[in-house]
Amino acid sequence: MEEYGMKVEDKLYLNGYKTDEAGGSHLVIKDVSVCESCELKQCLYICACSVYEQNENTGRIEINYEACVECGTCRIACDNIDWNYPRGGFGIAYKFG
Amino acid sequence: MSSKLEYDVIVVGAGPAGLSAAIVLAKAGVKVIVLERGKFPGSKNVMGGVFYSDCMKGIVDEFPGKAPVERHVIEQRMWILDDGSSVGFNHRNDLFNKKPYNCHTVFRAKLDRWLAAEAEKAGALIINNTVVRAPLMENGKVIGVKTDRPDGDVFANCVIATDGVNSLFAKAMGLRKKIKQDAVAIAVKEVIGLDEEVINNRFNITGEEGVTIEMTGSYFSGETMAFLYTNKKSVSLGVGMVLKDVIENKINPNDLIEKLKKHPSVAPLIAGGETKEFLAHLIPEGGYKEMPKLVGNGVMIAGDAAMMVDAIHREGSNLAITSGKFAAEAYLEAAKNGDFSEKALLPYVKKLQDSFVLKDLKKYKGVPELLQTNKRLLLKYPKLLNQAAFEMLNVDGVPVKDKEKLIWKTVKKEIGIGNLVKDLFKLWRNMA
Repeated sequence: MEEYGMKVEDKLYLNGYKTDEAGGSHLVIKDVSVCESCELKQCLYICACSVYEQNENTGRIEINYEACVECGTCRIACDNIDWNYPRGGFGIAYKFG
Repeated sequence: MSSKLEYDVIVVGAGPAGLSAAIVLAKAGVKVIVLERGKFPGSKNVMGGVFYSDCMKGIVDEFPGKAPVERHVIEQRMWILDDGSSVGFNHRNDLFNKKPYNCHTVFRAKLDRWLAAEAEKAGALIINNTVVRAPLMENGKVIGVKTDRPDGDVFANCVIATDGVNSLFAKAMGLRKKIKQDAVAIAVKEVIGLDEEVINNRFNITGEEGVTIEMTGSYFSGETMAFLYTNKKSVSLGVGMVLKDVIENKINPNDLIEKLKKHPSVAPLIAGGETKEFLAHLIPEGGYKEMPKLVGNGVMIAGDAAMMVDAIHREGSNLAITSGKFAAEAYLEAAKNGDFSEKALLPYVKKLQDSFVLKDLKKYKGVPELLQTNKRLLLKYPKLLNQAAFEMLNVDGVPVKDKEKLIWKTVKKEIGIGNLVKDLFKLWRNMA
C-alpha cells in the first residue's frame, strides 16, 4: 500500500495509556513456531497501532503491548494469539472515545 | 477473608447496554453491580459518534438534559467515493432542528461516564478497574463471575453480559461460535480539533447544529464505510473495513484513514485540524445470522456482545440501550418466580423479536453476505456512477446522446446487462 501522511507512532503519543509494567503483556503468542512458518504474517499489517513487529535480526514477531488499544482485531485475524484484556484499570484510557 | 459478595444481578461492562440494564434494575429496587475493566466507564469505549435519543425513553427522565452531547444532527450526507471524485446525496430537515432531537454526535468516554453516574443515582453499584475473567458455574447455571481482584468472586442470581464486541464472557459460556473474519469490521477514528467557527462555516451550520457524512465506494479496495461527524470543537473522522478484506488486500488501518484524509471531498473539511486522539475498535457487522445464543441458564447477552449492530442504518448504541433494558425487564419478570433458568429468561428474546432490534437485524440478514460475495456492488458501481456523473456534467462539445451511449457501453463492458438485472434484483430482495 502507498505511504500516507501522519505516522501511527505520532498518533499513539496523543492517547492516554496506563502500561502494566508489572503484569507484562496481555497479548501472548501461543506457539512461536507457527509464526515462523506463517507466510501471510497478517499481524504485521492488520493492527491499527502496529503492535506487532518483526525483529530484523532474529526474525521473531515482537509485541509492543504498550501501544495496544484492545480492539481485538488480531484475535479474530490470527488463531495463534492468546488474547486477553489487560488487568483492571490498565491499558488504553480514551479521553474522547 | 471477606464475606461472600452477593448481588441480585451482575452486569459485565459499563457500556450503553449494561448501564441501561443497571438503571432499569436499580430503579426497580434490584441489587445490581456493574463491573467495568476500565478506570472509568467509557474509557475503553468507542463508536463513530452518532447517538439516537429515542432509546433513552424509560431510562432517564430527559435526554439529552444534562448529558454530555456535542451537536444535534440536522443534515446527513451520503457520499460514494471514487478516486478523485464523489457522488452524493443529502438530507437536511427543519424537523431535525426541533426537540426532541433525533440524534446527537457524542464522545463515548464522556457519555458513558455520565450514564454510569445516572445508574449510580438510581442505586446501582459501579466498580471500575475490574476485569471479569470467567463465569462461575454450578449445576449448569451461572451463579456469578470470577474477577481479577483478590477474593474477587462475585455471586448473583443472574449475569447480564454486555462486555462488548469481543465478549470473552459469551465465548467462555459457549454461547457463541468463533467470530468470523467477515463478521467484523476494523474501524479507526481520529478526533480532529478545529475551531467552532471553522466547523460552522465549512458545514453550513450554526450554534449546536451538526452534520454527518457517511462514505463508501470504489476509492477503497474492500467493503468499507467511512464517516465524518461534526462535534463542537472537533470532527470525528473514521473508516472501517471488513476484516476479511483487510487481511486479503493487505490493508493497514492507519494507511486507510490517511488515504481517506487525502480524498478531495474530505481534505478541505479537515484542513488545518489537529488530531487529538487515535482510536481503533471492532464493529460487529455480521448481523442476524452471526448473533450468539442470547440466553443461557442465569445469563443474558446484550449490545455489541450479541452482535446487535445495524450497519445499514449506522445504528448500534440504540440497539444496545434497548436490549439492555429488555434484559432488565426479563429479569424482573423471572424474579417473580425466583427462576432464572434459560427458559425463565426467554421473554428477553421475545421482547427483542417484537421490537425493532431483531426485526431490523432480520430484515437485513442477507446484506453482509451479499456485500461480501458480490464485490461489484461496492467496487464497480461506485466507479461507474462517478464516471457517469462526470460525463453528464462535463461540457466538452460531445452531444448528450453520444455521452449516454458511452455510459451504457461502459456499463455493458464493466458489469454486463445480465449482471445488472441480477444485482438490482438481489439488492431489492435484501434491502426492501
